[in-house]
Amino acid sequence: MDPAIFLIQLLNSLQYGLLLFLVASGLTLIFGIMGIINLAHGSFYMIGAYLAFSLTAAVGNFWLALFLGVLLSVALGLALEWLLIQRLYHRDHLYQVLLTYGLILIFEEARSLIWGDDVHGVQVPEFLNFSIPLTETLSYQVYRVVMSGICLLLAAAMYFLIQRTRLGMMIRAGATNREMVQALGINIGLLYRLVFALGIALAAFAGMLGSPISSVYPGMGNQVLIVSFVVVVIGGIGSVRGALVAALLIGIADTFGKVLVPQIAGMTAYLLMAAVLLWRPEGLFKRA
Amino acid sequence: MAEAAALSVEGLVRNFGGLAAVGGVSLEARTGMLHAVIGPNGAGKTTLINLLSGDLPPSAGKISLYGTDITGLPSYRVSQLGVGRSYQKTNVFLGFTAFENCRLAAQSRLPSSMRFVRRALAYADVNRAAERSLAATGLEARSGELASALSHGEQRQLEIAMTLATSPRVLLLDEPLAGMGAEESSSMVELLKTLRSGHAMLLVEHDMDAVFALADRLTVMVNGQVLASGAPAEIRANPAVQEAYLGEDEPGG
Amino acid sequence: MAMHDAQPRALALVLVIGLAGLAVFPIFGADEKFYMQFLAKVMVMAIFAMSLDLLIGYGGLVSLGHAMYFGLAGYTLMSLTPEYEGASLWISLAAALGVCALAALVVGLLVLRTSGIYFIMVTLAFAQMAYYVVHDSKYLGGSDGKYVYVKPVLSFFGWQPFSLDKLAAFYYVILGTLAGVYFLLRLLLASPFGHVLVGIKANEHRMRSLGFPTFSYKLVAFVIAGVLAGLAGYLAAALDGLVNPELLSWHQSGQALMMVILGGMGTPAGPILGAGALKLLELLLTSWTKHWQLLLGLFIVLVVLVFPNGLASLFGKRKRGGAEHG
Repeated sequence: MDPAIFLIQLLNSLQYGLLLFLVASGLTLIFGIMGIINLAHGSFYMIGAYLAFSLTAAVGNFWLALFLGVLLSVALGLALEWLLIQRLYHRDHLYQVLLTYGLILIFEEARSLIWGDDVHGVQVPEFLNFSIPLTETLSYQVYRVVMSGICLLLAAAMYFLIQRTRLGMMIRAGATNREMVQALGINIGLLYRLVFALGIALAAFAGMLGSPISSVYPGMGNQVLIVSFVVVVIGGIGSVRGALVAALLIGIADTFGKVLVPQIAGMTAYLLMAAVLLWRPEGLFKRA
Repeated sequence: MAEAAALSVEGLVRNFGGLAAVGGVSLEARTGMLHAVIGPNGAGKTTLINLLSGDLPPSAGKISLYGTDITGLPSYRVSQLGVGRSYQKTNVFLGFTAFENCRLAAQSRLPSSMRFVRRALAYADVNRAAERSLAATGLEARSGELASALSHGEQRQLEIAMTLATSPRVLLLDEPLAGMGAEESSSMVELLKTLRSGHAMLLVEHDMDAVFALADRLTVMVNGQVLASGAPAEIRANPAVQEAYLGEDEPGG
Repeated sequence: MAMHDAQPRALALVLVIGLAGLAVFPIFGADEKFYMQFLAKVMVMAIFAMSLDLLIGYGGLVSLGHAMYFGLAGYTLMSLTPEYEGASLWISLAAALGVCALAALVVGLLVLRTSGIYFIMVTLAFAQMAYYVVHDSKYLGGSDGKYVYVKPVLSFFGWQPFSLDKLAAFYYVILGTLAGVYFLLRLLLASPFGHVLVGIKANEHRMRSLGFPTFSYKLVAFVIAGVLAGLAGYLAAALDGLVNPELLSWHQSGQALMMVILGGMGTPAGPILGAGALKLLELLLTSWTKHWQLLLGLFIVLVVLVFPNGLASLFGKRKRGGAEHG
């Protein structure tokens, strides 16, 4: 493979993997800490993208739109947890699946009512709207590089949050031992609400950040959701580090799969999952 | 001591992380005898039972059943080979009747349960085995009750009845008296006495009166190690045992 | 004592009346092609939902990828149907069910290594993989799918008792299949195998320590459920005369899940009732508004919060002595 093409593919897989990580890390935190399986997680990715579309048009600045969008999705997450999700903590996974499946239908239809069923685009911010030439014919879009940078910054921030802060300590404790957290006098209800809102915000943020390059279209959340499931399965439930490794693996497998073995490109992520299931059914980074 | 060991264990080890919950235990159980394992909480007694029943794979050591190596076999294979166990925390099917609990246990002795057509309740041998085990534990009158409607003592009896329904040759009993009142305890002790003939029994128990009333042989475990092993009288007289365990904790741990 | 006969008498009565109603409908409603087609579809979905209930309600295996087998069977029929004549029903059906059995065996070997949330996600992921394979395959018709131009031909050694082109005839074939699957499942659940399955749902660990190799039993249940889902998918493809990737989509799986829970999982008649209720609701909502899925979503949320045991709970408590279900 030509080195320039190889570099482009590598950057693309990094960018895809990191975006996937943002969605999957929220999913894995919500699974790992709250024991909730949230099928509607992909819907928040979609909502994020649509918010980016509307807010950018309304305020005229992509970054301001991003900021407002995050605030809105945090508010949505808090409200949903309070209204519905907190009633599921002691219920069987089956009912969590069903309720969040209902939410998907609601969100999709609400999206159709508010935004219609057309495909939209979001403008890449003006000052990033150029490409770096790699060879005479090949170049790479700067926004994609900046995007990956932002994702990496967020990953580092999450690492700091989880490893170095009091909230992170509670999150880690909550993932391993719910009773202990309660015994320590931590308000578990509040912790869960925050974690849920954080997870939702991450998914929505990923949708917003990706919107200039992926376009904005109906049903965009579902595909992301299922690939995120694959990420969580490969990485191990509740492990943010596992989600990062698995998301990058899938980014590479998917991007290079399309180039090298286009016949089975749609299957590479799933084949990777099958291999991990055979090797370590609990994922690469199993929690104790 | 006429018969060879039914179950024999050599140097059994199980590590959790860096900790040896069971650190090199050797012992034997013989048919017609009851071997009791005692020791303070956290001594590794339940882990030992879990290793013997195949619920946990050992880190090292060897387990033989009638001379056949069964180390590391999964629990269903160990059960099929004739080792029955009961659980310390009552582990019965609460939504099933007492009869169905035992019937299902007895059904496991069919050559295979991959049978799809004939009604499960039409297997007369299985039904009889279930009824026998209920009768043996004094539960025949409660046969039709849901397990969840039984008293705690009755659930403990059902736990034993299920184990018996699998026609085991070796019985591993993990604190059958746990949480029982005095009257329930004494009837359970009587039951265990009747089971001695025809079974090799390994009993983990905290109730010292019961242990000394029942045991032919005793092993004392502390911190995953065997502190002493011998006849009840020897154990009672052993100063190390008295210091480590009997002196402080007697009689009920 | 009636083990596993865990359904209220009132529910059984509703089932009998319902089946009788379905049996006489074509006699009085012969001109109502739309409704006959509708009822036939409801029955097909009921078979599909029953197959899923075997996993969820009895085995405790929450599969979110069950549509995979439904769709694979339909696609097998499509592939085996020549352009201008019908495929032999026996051959195409055997092939379709064989494909489903094989797929369920392979997928089952992988997914049954996991449990709980993992199992839900992994079953969904594999079904989605099958979805993309079909969706991206030109030969299988891509996202538009393909027509099954001619219905399969039912023939006994050259004798053709009736043609499935006649809706009424096909309707009765489906009704017969529904009744057959229902009684097959009753038989299965009363058998030693069925009792083991219910025991695994209640406490798999204890079943293992009683001497049951639980993995094998779960795998067999997974394959049986896959084959029965395939039977439903075969009928659906033949009835509609077309297949498309939506047959394998997770919305198809979600719909079956909804039917199972709505009707009350672990009750033999529940999924049939659930299929009827959900399809009827869908019919009402679609005739009312274009955005019916919003209302359906709200309805689902409401059901989870208000009727945790499904519609079957409206018919009173189950008989005691049956197996326990959440």
